[in-house]
Parts: sequence; structure tokens; C-alpha cells
Amino acid sequence: MSDAAIHRKPLFGRTRRRMTARFAVAVLILIIFLFPVYWLFITSLKSAAEIFARPPVWYPAEFNLRTFAVLFKDGDVWAIYNSLIIASVSTVVAMVLGTAAAYSLARFKTGGQNLAIWIISQRMIPPIVIVFPVFLMFVWFGWIDSYVGLILLYIAFNLPYVIWMMRGYIEDIPIEVEESALTDGCSRWQALRKIVFPMARTGIFATAVFTFIFAWNEFVFAMILTRTEVLTFPVLVTHYYGAQSTFWAKIAALSVLGTLPVFFAVATLQRFLVRGISMGAVKG
Amino acid sequence: MAGLRLRGVHKFYGKVHAVRGIDLEIPDQGFTVLVGPSGCGKSTLLRMIAGLEVVDEGTVEVDGAVVNDMRPKDRDVAMVFQNYALYPHMSVFENIAFGLRMRKVPNAETRERVHRAAEMLGIPELLERMPRQLSGGQRQHVAMGRALVRDAKMYLFDEPLSNLDAQLRDEMRTEIKRLHQELRTTMIYVTHDQVEAMTLADRIVLLRDGVIEQEGDPLELYERPTNRFVAGFLGSPAMNFVPARIEAENGGLGVRLPDQTVLALPEGRRSAYADQVGKTILIGMRPEHMHRDREGEQRDGFGRISVTVEIVEPMGANTLINFHLGETSILARLDAYAAEQPGQKLDLLVDMNRAVLIDPESQRVI
Repeated sequence: MSDAAIHRKPLFGRTRRRMTARFAVAVLILIIFLFPVYWLFITSLKSAAEIFARPPVWYPAEFNLRTFAVLFKDGDVWAIYNSLIIASVSTVVAMVLGTAAAYSLARFKTGGQNLAIWIISQRMIPPIVIVFPVFLMFVWFGWIDSYVGLILLYIAFNLPYVIWMMRGYIEDIPIEVEESALTDGCSRWQALRKIVFPMARTGIFATAVFTFIFAWNEFVFAMILTRTEVLTFPVLVTHYYGAQSTFWAKIAALSVLGTLPVFFAVATLQRFLVRGISMGAVKG
Repeated sequence: MAGLRLRGVHKFYGKVHAVRGIDLEIPDQGFTVLVGPSGCGKSTLLRMIAGLEVVDEGTVEVDGAVVNDMRPKDRDVAMVFQNYALYPHMSVFENIAFGLRMRKVPNAETRERVHRAAEMLGIPELLERMPRQLSGGQRQHVAMGRALVRDAKMYLFDEPLSNLDAQLRDEMRTEIKRLHQELRTTMIYVTHDQVEAMTLADRIVLLRDGVIEQEGDPLELYERPTNRFVAGFLGSPAMNFVPARIEAENGGLGVRLPDQTVLALPEGRRSAYADQVGKTILIGMRPEHMHRDREGEQRDGFGRISVTVEIVEPMGANTLINFHLGETSILARLDAYAAEQPGQKLDLLVDMNRAVLIDPESQRVI
């Protein structure tokens, strides 16, 4: 590097002021986004008096875990368990079926040009439009308030998304790599297991996380199709709102419990997610 | 060790008839090159041999057994792809070892064979790297290693050098030829590059539009092409084609060029054209079959033309010149320093023993 190039950027002065300003803006943005999370968390730990206090209590005098204890004692945490079962099972099944279908679309051009578009178009229907026909169907099948009902519904709902995403990721894998595996002695299935899945790993993780989050947060169908047995956590939260009183502490505590699984899933898979989202845009 | 035979092989892609009834026998232990312009069906043919494409009609036979419905893994072929197709999530060692692992070769033997292949290709220091850390040339070496480590019946190459720069390509070409001489196994090599075809092949199969135009050993195709396409495809720079007419002169036969010069046909070739007098033909002259005539003497089997040089391209070892015969632009490869500047008048001797005469209607050599 020449001397001129070194001196062009002063270490102090303008650059430093600019860095300080950037940092300040970043902190401000962070506060705006994190405050609701903080407020949710802190509300779950407040006593009733603190929740309704005016001016608001920014920081509770003591961390009060009583609300959580009540949720466990009343069995309300069961909703989290329900959500976990329904979201996990539907995600796994949707991923298996969807990836197989995506592979077929990507490699064998199944259904020609239009089948893939038709499949993704299924996802364009607003859920609310079909919720009552589905309700009647579920009554007829006896699936109301059952695991199997919600799981099947979420699988059906997530399949188009999984197929569409996985098709893109698989198409990004050069077909010669697979053909090379075939001539190296793999069966089609072995080529999938040893070559295609490892290469599409980031895409598989990313798609699975989004599928899981959808099922985890889904509200409209769960609201209508469940009663008491398989209440999912977003539905149970609404039960704490009442005409006479609203149980803010319970809402906050259950929300915290409901946020944690997704938070930990995303935190552990973050490495794959970041690459997963940007992958497929550029051919490596 | 395998004898490969194709009988009446066809391939359709929708309405496109890509391969049109190929009959071909690939000699055991030979180096066969399938060559032709893009879209001629050469890659499709190779992929059908590998089992990566369905044979729509006809049969592919290995050692006399039809293998049309056999999966690639059971055909025991090793293949090198144009874009290398390395497994990006495996180290170089695992890439090369993959085919052996799939065939359940014991670990110790795998290790030994991978190291031997790496030594052969001069890449032992790369074994621990990942493919993304390699240059194009190194990736190509790994792709070769992955095929060579196998003890396959046949080795298939699908334009393996076309993504390399010119110098590396020359080096690898020599390398591949050396490997074939060492291993003496059946190799089938697809390329659009006629230089690769000429230099590597024991046997060239020249394809166009899904049919075989001509097959044979490289110099046979070069010296005795059967039609205009073959004559024009092999050789660099390409053969010159000039419209001409067969005429009787001084008791012999000659070819009258557009500038009215008559090139006498050598005695040995006269009888073949005795009944063609008056016929319009194309005469094909290779650039290297023209020489500068400094002495003005009559040499047997050579015809003399007088030309005005238009462009001089000195190559060092020889000199390319450009001139016109009638409407046709001609390229000749002369000795170094045989021509100095544009506008210069030269006498050239044309080797009439090696010129080809072509029927312009059928495009076949007569």
C-alpha cells in the first residue's frame, strides 16, 4: 500500500464521529425491537400490582415466578406440549413428503412446467376462506380436537411451501454431481442420501425451521378445530382475555414459554439459516 | 476388459431426433474419441453407454450381453464430467475414495489405491483439501483421480478439458495419453475439439446430426475423408474448398481452377476420374499441402498456382498467408519466412496426391 493510501483515511476525527453515530443508531434500533420482548418477559415476572401500576414499573422489585408455577399447576403448559407434538410431527412428515415430491419435480420434470406452479398456488388461498368447509369435513371424519386432524391439516398446508423451496435447492445442485455418484456405484437412493441431502443440508434446515414456525404460530385453524384436548399455545393465550378481566401475567408467562422453543431452535440452527436463506440465489 | 457394441441406437428428446441409428463397435483397450460439432449427439451417446440416458431404440451390448436396462452402478464404468462434478462436501481423499467405498473395498486397500492415484496425477498434497479450495486445474485432476482409482471396465470422458485454459489443456492432453498408454484400458472420450481428437485417439468416430460421418484411425480420416464435412472438420486451419472442373489436357487429366490455371492430376489418380471429364467439382486443399516454389522447376505430382498474397501471419515455426482464387479466400501454411508482405506475388506448389475432389451435389469425395 502506498503512503497516500494510508493517509487517505484518518484514524481519528471524521471517521470516528461517523462510527459513533452509527453505533448510536444501531443501539436505538435494537432498543425499539427488543423492548416488546423485554416487556413480555418482565411482565411474566411481575406481581399483579406491578402489572397495573401507574406509572408503569420498568423493572420489577423481585423476580416473581408464581405465574409460571400456576401455569404448571393448572396444567396450562399442556398447550405447549400439544404445540410441540403437532408442529414437530407435521414438520417432519411435510419435509419427508415435500422433499421427495420436490426431487421428482426438479429431476424428472414431473408434471411438466405447470405442476409446480399449481402446487404453490395452493398456498395462495387465504386460510379463512376454507376454514368452515374444513371444519365440516373434520366433524364428519371425527377429527375435531384431535392431534391427527391438526397434524394432517398443517402437513397439507406446509407441503406446497416445502415442495417449492426444496425444488429450488435441489435444482441448484448440478445434476452431474448426482450422475457422478450413480456411475461411482450409488443407487438412486444412495445418491440422494450421500450426495443430494448433504449438499441441500442448509436448504433442508431453513425450510424445516420455517415450516415449524408456521405450525407453531398457526392460529385460525387451531382456534376453530380444537376444543379442550389439543389446545395449542396460541389458542390458549386467547382464553386469558375476558370481558371482565384479562390475565396479563398468564398471557405473558405462557407467551414466554411459547417463545423459548422457537428461540432455541433458531439460535442453534442460525449457522445454517443464514446460509440457507441466501443460498439458491447464486449458483456456487 | 470389455467389448462394447452399439446396434441401431436411437435417442429422441421430445421431437428432436438426437441420435439416429448408430452402429458402432468400440475396440477393447483402445482410445476411442467421439468428436463432432455441438449438438451432434456425441455426449448423448456417451451417456447412453454410461446408463445415464435411456436408449429409445436399439441395443448397447457389453461383452455380448445387452445392458440397456442395467443401472449405471452395475455397468462398472467410470466417468469424468465436463464440470468435474466433485462432491463439494467431501475432502479430495473422500472424493477419490467414494467409488471404492460404494463397492465395499477394504479400508486399507482404499487408502493405498487413493494414494497411488494421487501420486499418478501428482496431487498427493491435495488429499486433505476440500474441492472449493482447489483451482480449476486441480479440480480436473481430482475428477480424473476419481475415475482412475476405480478398476472399471470402461473409462468415459465427457469433454473433460474444455473448461481449462489453453496451456493446461495441452498438458492434461499429454497426461491423459500417457495414462492410457500405462493402463491400456478401454477409454471413450467425447470432445468437439478436433485437435484433441486427432492427438488422443486410436480411433476417431466423427458424428454430425446424430449419425456417424466416418470412423477410423485419425490419420486415415485426415488423409482419406469420405465427404466434405469430414474433410473440413479435421485439420487446423481447415481445408480450403475451391470450385473447379475436371478437364482433359495433353493426354492427361487436370483440374481447372477459377483463375483458369490447370492443375494436372498425378498419373496414379487419373484412371479414377476418366469418366468425370467436364464435371464441376470442389477441390479440397489443406493449407499445409501448399508450398512456396522458389526454383520454378516442375515437380511430379504437384501443380503450380500463381497468387497475390493478401495477408501474412507469421507463426514463428511457419507462416500463414491468405489469398484469393477466383471468389474463394484461401489459407496456406508455408515455411517460416516464405512470404514477407501483402501484395507479394508467389508461385505455390499444390500437392495433388493429397488434394481431395468432391462432388458438390452429394458432398461426397469422388
